[in-house]
Amino acid sequence: MILVLGGLWIGQNINLLPVDASVNAPIYDELFRVLFSIGTILFVGIVGLVVFSLVRFRRKAGQIGDGIALEGNLPLEIFWTAVPAIVVLFVGLFSYDIYERMGGMVPLGHGGHGDSQATEERVWGGIGTAGAMQASSEMLVPPLPVEVTAMQFAFLFHYPEGDIISGELHVPSGRPISLKMEAKDVIHAFWVPEFRLKQDIIPGQPTLLNFTPTRPGRYPVVCAELCGPYHGGMRSTVVVESADDYDAWFQANRKLPVSEA
Amino acid sequence: MTLTLPQQSKPPSLQPTGWLRYLSFSVDHKVIGLQYLVCGFAFYLIGGALAGAIRTELTSPVADFMPRDVYNQVLTLHGTVMIFLWIVPVVNGAFGNYLIPFYVGARDMAFPRLNAVAFWLIPPAGLLLITSYFITGAAQSGWTAYPPLSLTTPATGQIIWILSVLLLGGSSIFGGINFIATILKLRRPGLKLMQLPMYCWAMLGTSILVVLSTPVLAGTLILLSFDIVAHTGFFNPGMGGNVVVYQHLFWFYSHPAVYIMVLPAFGLVSEILPIHCRKPLFGYTTMVYSIMAIVVLGLVVWAHHMFTSGTPPWMRLFFTIATAFIAVPTGIKFFNWIATLWGGKISLNSAILFSCGFIVNFVLGGITGVALAQVPFDVHVHDTYFVVAHFHYIVYGGSVFVIFASVYHWFPKVTGRMLDENLGRFHFLLTFIGFNLCFAPQHWLGLNGMPRRVAEYDPQFAFVNQISSVGALLMALSTLPFLWNVIASARSGEIAGDNPWRALTPEWLTTSPPPVENWKGEPPLVTHPYGYGIPADQIDLKDASGSDLWSNGR
Repeated sequence: MILVLGGLWIGQNINLLPVDASVNAPIYDELFRVLFSIGTILFVGIVGLVVFSLVRFRRKAGQIGDGIALEGNLPLEIFWTAVPAIVVLFVGLFSYDIYERMGGMVPLGHGGHGDSQATEERVWGGIGTAGAMQASSEMLVPPLPVEVTAMQFAFLFHYPEGDIISGELHVPSGRPISLKMEAKDVIHAFWVPEFRLKQDIIPGQPTLLNFTPTRPGRYPVVCAELCGPYHGGMRSTVVVESADDYDAWFQANRKLPVSEA
Repeated sequence: MTLTLPQQSKPPSLQPTGWLRYLSFSVDHKVIGLQYLVCGFAFYLIGGALAGAIRTELTSPVADFMPRDVYNQVLTLHGTVMIFLWIVPVVNGAFGNYLIPFYVGARDMAFPRLNAVAFWLIPPAGLLLITSYFITGAAQSGWTAYPPLSLTTPATGQIIWILSVLLLGGSSIFGGINFIATILKLRRPGLKLMQLPMYCWAMLGTSILVVLSTPVLAGTLILLSFDIVAHTGFFNPGMGGNVVVYQHLFWFYSHPAVYIMVLPAFGLVSEILPIHCRKPLFGYTTMVYSIMAIVVLGLVVWAHHMFTSGTPPWMRLFFTIATAFIAVPTGIKFFNWIATLWGGKISLNSAILFSCGFIVNFVLGGITGVALAQVPFDVHVHDTYFVVAHFHYIVYGGSVFVIFASVYHWFPKVTGRMLDENLGRFHFLLTFIGFNLCFAPQHWLGLNGMPRRVAEYDPQFAFVNQISSVGALLMALSTLPFLWNVIASARSGEIAGDNPWRALTPEWLTTSPPPVENWKGEPPLVTHPYGYGIPADQIDLKDASGSDLWSNGR
């Protein structure tokens, strides 16, 4: 009982994660806290049992006898088959729920922004807030399309509205972003730890990734798939800024006039 | 009529005797087992030195210790050497060859010559791999060799890597066939399958995995070599190939490979614990079924390595559930081991300490494994140091700890001499602390944004990386007391006698070291390999405490 409460407390109060900066990051953190609590309870419990057994049942000097000839216990076996099964089932259902809230179960090719290309070529979808985004794209703000090109050893961000090419990803806070990613040479991966999002960028397969940033700031964009000697140096920055700051940046850098959306 | 027979002198042996037989094409399973063990340990030292180079590079956030392409060669070699030349050959080849014929009551393996061939594929393959570094530069694409990176990095190193892994895979398949045949067909008459020691079941399950999945890896690597040499387009997106197909094929072997590395370790622990706890192995039947469940499930979980590779949602869901469910049979085994400890008379020697270290480390690795199986969790930490920490807890904290436990346990059998227990406990302490210091902080690194396989990283992670490197240094140092202990004890250790642990399994029912062909006379028929302990109604009431009785339900 103390173990369970202690595990829950640790799970809820010790934060091992970086700040959350996208819509799905708090959802992710919820899953993490649950997993961390369950994990702590199990780990401390099992280690406690092992240490207790080693101390309590150690052979004291002068003892030569055997232990008890206990070959097994069926109810006990059923108990410790059932408990992990239930825990695993619970975790599985819970993470499925989390996954759905993140938009992971949206069928591939539908996460986009009505791009006609999507129907022609096979588009690989990543996890993202695609479902939520699609709803919002019909009602509120249209998602901001950005084309990402990954190559050895850099990310290039191209804004089709305005024809901006940038080495940094500038995004307005609170607006859904739709990345269309393409790799030129080998497999790369687009990872923003603060967004809790990662998607491999696979050559030959345009990939979509959708997210909605929430917290202004500068966060690293990291390549997470070994891509060659300078893999560790393949980094960029995503700048999440308020809508006004973003507009200022956009107006200062754009090359094409933008039709009003 | 008198017939004078010529005086029978000792026939000249075709095989060398003495220490030279360990360098020969010996067909004796015990010699081959030791060849595997010593050869594997030599490669462990090489792989460890490579790990040391990696941890040295990572003490600073900039790439200053070695050139970046060399760093990628080093991490590729480290992974390949540790998996294919250390853990797989040692937990399967070394202990399997030494113990399985004893356990089934046979005088040798089913195919002794194939057995020798399987071993002798390993040294050339290993040397090929290591020398490629000095001659042309080794492969740079990681032990996973994902195309298109493996197609674009220098071709010679990659081809040598493929050749070497193919040879090692061949060795592994030969070994697997041999174990299956030996366990199923060479059992002493009267010995039933459900009377076998648990290690036999573990090796049977492992060998089934080896035989089913290793050929897939071989085929994949041959296609990859065609892409490199003949410019075919199986995995080359520029020629219409598909790189994700490679990942599916690769992980179809390489996930079962994890079970090929840990199932034998599970088996070895199941042998060690009952002897030193003086208790029967708890729940024999469920242990057998859980091994077989792990074998079946282990074949259908591979795509959990590819949750960010653009796999369709239904596939992610299926592989999440399948992966998470492996925790159930694995959990059964761990609870059974704890129940084996419970109420025993445990000798706190090095073998037990390493076995319990294994339980602790593996439980942590298993918990992070269940977490990683959850797609949304994995999407954040995939390909980060969290994963590095997770699998080192499985293969080092799991398998390598068991290898050390097994060396302490079977050393008296192999050499006839005991290892020094104080040095052994010191070795355990140093390894356990060093290991946890090295890998526990890496969980945090991964969660906070450090990807794996990088030579340079965000300076905010420098301090935690330095802690990790100190742990690695302790691990390296911990090898020294072990090496000294093994060498010194083999020469002048305390004489062990035939059965210092008062064990009941058949390998202890012969001399130490055992003779060629294992027993003088009939092999013993051991139908209760775990028949330790006093029946509950014969416990001396004066010696037993209240809780002993309570745990018996009296």
